[in-house]
Amino acid sequence: MTTPMRIGKFAGRAAASMTSSPSWRQYPLGVSVFLIAPLCLLLGFGFVYPVGRLLGQSFFAPEFGLDNYRRLLETPLYLRVLARTVFVALAVMSASLVLGYPVALAMARLRRGLSNLVMACVLLPLWTSALVRSYAWIVILQRRGLVNDVLLASGVISQPIKLIYTEGAVILAMTHVLVPFMILPVFGAIRAIQPELVQAARNLGAGKTTVFAKVLLPLSLPGIFAGCLMTFILALGFYVTPALVGGPSSLLMATLIGQQTTETLDWGFAGALSTVLLCVTLLIVLLFRKALSYNRGISNVA
Amino acid sequence: MSPDAEFALATRQVEEGGEGLLLLPRRRRSLSNFLTSTVAGFFLFLILLFLVLPIIVIFPMSFGSASYLEFPPRGLTLNWYRQYLSDPDWRAATFFSVKIALATTFSATMVGTLAAIAFARGKFLGKSLFQALTLSPMIIPHIVIAVAVFIAFSPLNLSGNFFGFLIAHTMLAVPYVVLTVVAALERFDTTLELAALNCGAGRIRAFFSVVLPNIRVGVASGAVFAFLASFDEATVAFFLSGVEGKTITRKMFEDIDFNLTPVIAAVSVVLTVISLIVMGVLQAFNRATVSAQR
Repeated sequence: MTTPMRIGKFAGRAAASMTSSPSWRQYPLGVSVFLIAPLCLLLGFGFVYPVGRLLGQSFFAPEFGLDNYRRLLETPLYLRVLARTVFVALAVMSASLVLGYPVALAMARLRRGLSNLVMACVLLPLWTSALVRSYAWIVILQRRGLVNDVLLASGVISQPIKLIYTEGAVILAMTHVLVPFMILPVFGAIRAIQPELVQAARNLGAGKTTVFAKVLLPLSLPGIFAGCLMTFILALGFYVTPALVGGPSSLLMATLIGQQTTETLDWGFAGALSTVLLCVTLLIVLLFRKALSYNRGISNVA
Repeated sequence: MSPDAEFALATRQVEEGGEGLLLLPRRRRSLSNFLTSTVAGFFLFLILLFLVLPIIVIFPMSFGSASYLEFPPRGLTLNWYRQYLSDPDWRAATFFSVKIALATTFSATMVGTLAAIAFARGKFLGKSLFQALTLSPMIIPHIVIAVAVFIAFSPLNLSGNFFGFLIAHTMLAVPYVVLTVVAALERFDTTLELAALNCGAGRIRAFFSVVLPNIRVGVASGAVFAFLASFDEATVAFFLSGVEGKTITRKMFEDIDFNLTPVIAAVSVVLTVISLIVMGVLQAFNRATVSAQR
């Protein structure tokens, strides 16, 4: 803070406030409250009240008690949905890592022109609505879709096979939607590695594989961790893609909540399911808060 | 010099019997090296194809002449776009979505910028807690928010209603504005503001003529993200839409489930092109500002 101090010596009017250093930079409490008031109103009415009401309903509808939670834990169908949700989220996370890491590596290490091309291939899906991308997967995977056409034409199969409305289709489409959230933090981590480290390793005789295993991979671990967390959390509560690409046999937490809200109109049970989903998500966020702050970079790249 | 040219030069030097051997570049490619990079390149190509293909597929789809989905299309037509534009339901949904997105952009940018200033410059009790609450709509599953808002807004006649959407979408869009504006404020050199104060400007004048012009890229980015966060939003829109007030995403959702016509491909192309244009303009704007500052 030397610069403001020095200027302060010459500035007659502001000199007094200068001596108490950066306090001039801080707005007084009243101003802060005034600035934040609209946000308070918005969050209070649009977020805290509805979510609180939904969570409350899980204990009060239809009558006070833990009935909704008991039903969730005692019905095998719902437990299977819970287990499937976690499994699908883990599968999407792993697939995103396997597919995303090479792309992030290429983006960070290739020549400028090529890496820009790779970057464009990553940003194009990121900027396209998830709804449009889910629709595109329906077009590709349906009975008379792209994949079946190609397989039929090449004689691999004689009958169209069922690809859509399966768990595999959900994992595939969701991976496509979420993989940019893996690529960007990993890319950030690899780009932050000093090139001298790689050069030093090469000079000491390490081959490309050794450089990758001993330098690049360990130093990109924070990015991997952040990417895995982000894709896992988003996959847990994703609605659009499983609702469109999935079928009755691949019901997930999010689609089950939707079904309970619009079809069976059991808002108490929908509240209980939401509470479970919310608590799991928040628990993960709180446990790994530090790793997630790595993800802020997304707002700069995206 | 490209590696190939280097290699050629080194080979020539070796052939000429000079001391070229010593100058042999370290990057001389062995066969196995060449194979590895070719295989790696091939896999990279496949992954990139996986990323891009689903988006590219919808373009030929929307111009194909067959009424069922056919790829590649046999004949070309603009029929599906014509149907989209002449269908009153699609028109109403598009108009409703654009109206909500523009209003959301305005309100989220205002509310978010004001709050970002308080977060960056103010000091008050529970600031970090409040920041976490502001950003939480980005992390909390949208299905939970959607169901919660639907259940809370229905009895207030706010479902299927412009103001209901405005509140819900502004809440979803504000985190993007707060993040970009706080980042811009942290990059801003506060001595400039001090200079303005010392030259006799009041707090408010210093803000509008010094601080705001310097953070305008952050504010603009936030506004663009807010627009897309509302326009492309499907989960909350699915639950909050009514028979009258229906967004384009909800209409698409319904049609994908009930009558899968190529009109949806045409609408998808329209949505995608709008997103790409908006983000492209933002990117160009950012680049222009960065080069102007250099």
